[in-house]
Amino acid sequence: MSHAASNLYKEQGNKPPLSVSGLSAAYQKKPVLRNVSFEVKEGELIGVIGPNGAGKSTMIKAALGLIPTIGGEVLVYGKPCKEQRKLIGYVPQRESVDWDFPTNALDVVLMGTYGRLGWFGRPKAKDKALALECLEKVGMGDFADRQISQLSGGQQQRVFLARALAQNAKLYFMDEPFAGVDAATEKAIITLLQELKKQGKTVIVVHHDLATVQQYFDSVLLLNVELQAFGPTKDTFTREQLQRTYGGRLAFLDSSLTGEGAGIAVPKGESGHE
Amino acid sequence: MSDFWILLTGSLVAACCGIVGVFLVLRKMAMIGDAISHSVMPGIVIAFLISGSRDSMLMMFAALVFGLITVLLIGLFQRSGIQSDASIGVVFTALFAIGVILVSLFARQVHLDQDAILYGEIAFVHWNLWEIGGMSLGPKAVWLLGVTLLVISLIIGLFYKQFKICSFDPALAAAIGIPVAFFHYLLMGLVSMATVSSFESVGAILVVGMLIVPASTAYLLTEKLGTMIALSIAAGIVSTFIGYSASIWLDASIAGCIVCAAGLLFLAAFLFSPTQGLVVRKLRMRSLAVSETR
Repeated sequence: MSHAASNLYKEQGNKPPLSVSGLSAAYQKKPVLRNVSFEVKEGELIGVIGPNGAGKSTMIKAALGLIPTIGGEVLVYGKPCKEQRKLIGYVPQRESVDWDFPTNALDVVLMGTYGRLGWFGRPKAKDKALALECLEKVGMGDFADRQISQLSGGQQQRVFLARALAQNAKLYFMDEPFAGVDAATEKAIITLLQELKKQGKTVIVVHHDLATVQQYFDSVLLLNVELQAFGPTKDTFTREQLQRTYGGRLAFLDSSLTGEGAGIAVPKGESGHE
Repeated sequence: MSDFWILLTGSLVAACCGIVGVFLVLRKMAMIGDAISHSVMPGIVIAFLISGSRDSMLMMFAALVFGLITVLLIGLFQRSGIQSDASIGVVFTALFAIGVILVSLFARQVHLDQDAILYGEIAFVHWNLWEIGGMSLGPKAVWLLGVTLLVISLIIGLFYKQFKICSFDPALAAAIGIPVAFFHYLLMGLVSMATVSSFESVGAILVVGMLIVPASTAYLLTEKLGTMIALSIAAGIVSTFIGYSASIWLDASIAGCIVCAAGLLFLAAFLFSPTQGLVVRKLRMRSLAVSETR
């Protein structure tokens, strides 16, 4: 996929934050991601949308090099992902870790600085100050010493986001940060995303709630094993594209997607894909 | 003097196992620890057959190799779709069985005592001394355990942040470029070392008790990783002292009494831990219920 804006980047000699070409991944011979190519623009908030089992998390993990791929190339600012680790921030799914781990909120955020510390470096006072600052940015400053198992789901999510901030990256991947969070956390996350955007950072967010897509994201990437559509939200987040992506499983789509209270319902608990 | 050496040996075992045990427990790999402690047995026997002595570097090396083979095989089977616990069961029993066969075949030629391998012989630790030029430098087991403890402390101390993040969030660790697989195998190597150094004292069967039980006790008592490691070591050492005293009083197996004491400490923590103890939680519930009805 190439569009005018990305060509502009090349002309200017600037490399796009993320350029994915022909990315494929399989789980036990079953393809979960097929030949995905796209290129994102700097300073955008990009929502990755698709039904369950569409390979959204897989795409992020494959792009980060966390799972083996069966083909494709991922360039971050023009270089392989492996060489650009310090530019990349990652927020895994909240359920992916054990929140009973004996540690507190500040310590988890501090882990965001580990990438910069090298093999033998230890977090110093300035790293701790930064971690605390990041916690404050997500409204969790008062919980720095709190054992992580004593935090609510939304608070845990905010700790994860603070940790991503502490990574001080230019390109962020967030895997379902909005899943199962309270209203206060949702608001905190969206404020944070806006601030990252203001700082010229690029954020790719796996997202489930179709009702908030237009409000939150500049661009959307519709995925169902293969890339269905990618582009500015207003042109891409359309009824036809969504129906194509979700197949017949989009129960009903309000004709006025942009209208107030647009009712877009996706059957919950769907799994598997065609 | 024998009391001193036995208690020192037991405490060193507790320290070695207590440190690596914390990471096994946190990574939900307790049974991998069990597997390694059993499947290093053929390595120990093979090294013994080659060198004819029980305290060679060769034995440490052979055990390391078998420990890593165990982890690699378990990982291989898991990745090819076999149930995780079944993979562990298959690998370690098969390797342990090879060890049992080797001992039964060659034991008479090389004076390798099956019971000593399975149950340990901490009571005789002070008979096997390290002497240089007629001067005794103390039991060989103490030296072996001391070196192992030094290596474990050094490596965990040096790479504390890596071990911590790999235990808590391996996905993030990989994303920021920490070689997660390397640290996994490094930890497994340390577990193998701790196991080999300890098996002579507490035996291949009970060493897993020292790996897992004190660490689990510590898990119930703290919410900080560093404190958990310290408490794990402490719980192991206290178990050693209580267990050894009990074994004298009962005239029973020392290793058995030590691990039994570790189990009792765990039970005490499980019931009375100020944060997670069963009793405390019950009391808290009751006081909540009372204040609700008011």
